[in-house]
Amino acid sequence: MAKVELALQVLTGAEATAHAMRQIRPDVVPVYPITPQTPIIQTFSRFVADGKTDTVLVQVESEHSAMSAAVGSALAGARTMTATASQGLALMVEVVYIAAGLRAPVVIAVGNRALSGPINIHGDHSDGMLARDSGAVQIYALDAQEAYDLTVMAPRVAEHARVLLPVMVGQDGFNVTHSAEPVALLPDEEVQAFVGPYEIPYALLDGNAPSSHGVFAMPDSYFELRHQMISAVEAAERVYGEVAEDYRRLFGRWLPALDAYRMEDAERALILIGSAAGTAKEVVDDLRAAGEKVGLVAVRLYRPFPHQALREVLAGVKRVAVLDRAASPGTYPPLFSDALGAVQGTQVELRSYVYGLGGRDLPLRAVHRAFRELLAPAHARIGYLGLVGEDDDGES
Amino acid sequence: MASLKTLALLEEERPGFSGGHSLCAGCGIPPIVRTVLGSIRGPKVAISATGCLEVATTRYPFTAWGVPWIHVAFENAAAVAGGVEAAYRALSRRGKIQGEPVTFVVFAGDGGTYDIGLQALSGALERGHRLLYVCYNNEAYMNTGIQRSGATPYAANTTTSPVGSLGKGKAERRKDMTAIVVAHHIPYAAQAAASHWQDLSRKVERAVQVDGPSFLNVLATCPPGWGHEAKDSVKLARIAVETHYWPLFEVVEGHYRITHRPAHQRPLEEWLNLQRRFSHLHGERGADLVCRLQEELDEGWVQLLQRDAADAEWFRALEEAGA
Amino acid sequence: MLPGDVLRPRTGGWRTGQKPAVDLSRCVDCLVCWIHCPDTAVRQWGAVFQGFDYDLCKGCAICVEVCPAGAIAMVSEETALDPGGVVQGTGVLAHGQG
Repeated sequence: MAKVELALQVLTGAEATAHAMRQIRPDVVPVYPITPQTPIIQTFSRFVADGKTDTVLVQVESEHSAMSAAVGSALAGARTMTATASQGLALMVEVVYIAAGLRAPVVIAVGNRALSGPINIHGDHSDGMLARDSGAVQIYALDAQEAYDLTVMAPRVAEHARVLLPVMVGQDGFNVTHSAEPVALLPDEEVQAFVGPYEIPYALLDGNAPSSHGVFAMPDSYFELRHQMISAVEAAERVYGEVAEDYRRLFGRWLPALDAYRMEDAERALILIGSAAGTAKEVVDDLRAAGEKVGLVAVRLYRPFPHQALREVLAGVKRVAVLDRAASPGTYPPLFSDALGAVQGTQVELRSYVYGLGGRDLPLRAVHRAFRELLAPAHARIGYLGLVGEDDDGES
Repeated sequence: MASLKTLALLEEERPGFSGGHSLCAGCGIPPIVRTVLGSIRGPKVAISATGCLEVATTRYPFTAWGVPWIHVAFENAAAVAGGVEAAYRALSRRGKIQGEPVTFVVFAGDGGTYDIGLQALSGALERGHRLLYVCYNNEAYMNTGIQRSGATPYAANTTTSPVGSLGKGKAERRKDMTAIVVAHHIPYAAQAAASHWQDLSRKVERAVQVDGPSFLNVLATCPPGWGHEAKDSVKLARIAVETHYWPLFEVVEGHYRITHRPAHQRPLEEWLNLQRRFSHLHGERGADLVCRLQEELDEGWVQLLQRDAADAEWFRALEEAGA
Repeated sequence: MLPGDVLRPRTGGWRTGQKPAVDLSRCVDCLVCWIHCPDTAVRQWGAVFQGFDYDLCKGCAICVEVCPAGAIAMVSEETALDPGGVVQGTGVLAHGQG
């Protein structure tokens, strides 16, 4: 049960995220504007200008510098957050990898957007997937409320002694960043108490002992140093679970790594990431009403990927359609590959679909089509939901 | 200016940088680093760009750095430094850090400054972070094996501007990086050389006193990259100054002042003849190219003299106000 | 990584047959060799020159070049010297061009 009073406000995902940042009161926020992340930083800049937080804003000249300044700041000993999207994240990725390797716990709010070219400002997950092997933890919100909740939770995951990694909190561009809905905000002091003080080992500005960060590793040490980082990413699954459990205990809101919807006795299921869960739940409800045993799994914690949890939630399911809002040209898309790893050795059959690139809606009939096609034995081809001409013939 | 005895006593008490690193024999970079660190009083943090200095001084599990040190990548040293400085401001403001003021000093090569790091440097200068940016300028990508950079002088032979049946070394002039920095209206910028360590030390002291960014472009000799004898490192840097190849000057709030006027301008050949990167210019066959290089130096020196003369009154007033 | 965590690496093995030696009777403790040494191989204590650290010295001979007193010369690696490369007595070192 919630122990604290939650104040409902109508906010977009971007605004809700900015509120979370105001309440966390990070020491430093280096940032650069880009659609559809811009309203996060605009709102946050307004909070700073109005004295609602005394965060030092660093208005850098690019996302590359935003992430570079963030790594410097986080390792110096300051709680640091930034925000980006799309090309900005692409530009940042070099430094996101380094942030993970140097164990800099920077929280990155991402308004997920398609990558060029052609240039497109609308939502998909191509940008996040570009960073999926960086070593950054990735969490994806289903709606504006979750964008808020996950942003509040993120510093606890990032800064945990077993983790010390950047954490990306994704929300779908426009579908979430720009869509207003009632969002329950926690009291400022509750957020402050929840995130606690920022403490990292070997802070650069710790005057007691000089330390060297970002050193040169030869083949005799690089592998071990990277392996430590890989182990930390793996450890983040458990830490995320602990933080989510704490959040539920304190505030009554439960955001597990996987959002399982009507999966109890499901024989067919969809797996996806992000705001399309809303559309998919509607279809699940319709089909359930018609007596079909279907369900949905929305993946919140994408890196580390909760293989075991997914395996458990899919136990008893015959066929699963994995809906990716990103492609991996020439092979199966990212979420499908991850899910395949999770069900290896089981009888669960997976089918791969790509949907919603560049902000294309996922129509209800496309979700129906995916469930319908699961009635037949799965095959190897990748389906494209919502692509002109694809959904009508029921074949792909 | 600190005396060598003072610098020595300071380094003895708390070495900021020590040997055992794998920079080349005769490398011009370490004396710059030691003079810079030694001339900054109080706590300091060093930020490095990828390059010779970074790779050779922090081979895991060793470090040559006795001061807190961070390196993130090649093109972003100024941005990283800006982040560290912002963290310091934020933590000081919130009372989480107390004590003596900390100085932030960046060490980046010419590749990480003139070329790939130019954008991050420009942003950091424009934002006004309080930090000293030191470019150790050895005039090419030496860490990757001597490729031409925006700092490589006209006619220099590098592995990507090779001398061949058609190639005559680098076909383009070097950038005037110091002028680019000055155009950011920062309070202090200067050119220096390790051969003139007193001049360098004095400039560091001035640079770290200003309330904002400061920049030092320091010529760093490079035995393998320039093709000179290791023992000639200091001599060559001195010749660079005395031929007007690398004039020593400072720019205070946009006002230029020459800080060392060589008694006599040495012939350019003295500079060229000690370096294999210019061996195709030695003797008669390089006369045309040498001529063009000489014109470039003369043009730069005349312009510097004019600026110095125009700003002399400004410096007089400044000194009177200070006295 | 913290300084002092491990033993410092030794780069004296980089020398190629020659090492610096100093005639202390000529040395004026100006420390010019100290500031220009790329390898912090010039030892001083209380701002008084103490000879060379052969564990660090790479043999570049900058010290020989910059010494205003002509007190330093490169000698064969095999030459037996006091610790730090100190030569006792005036005029023992034969000087090349300085």
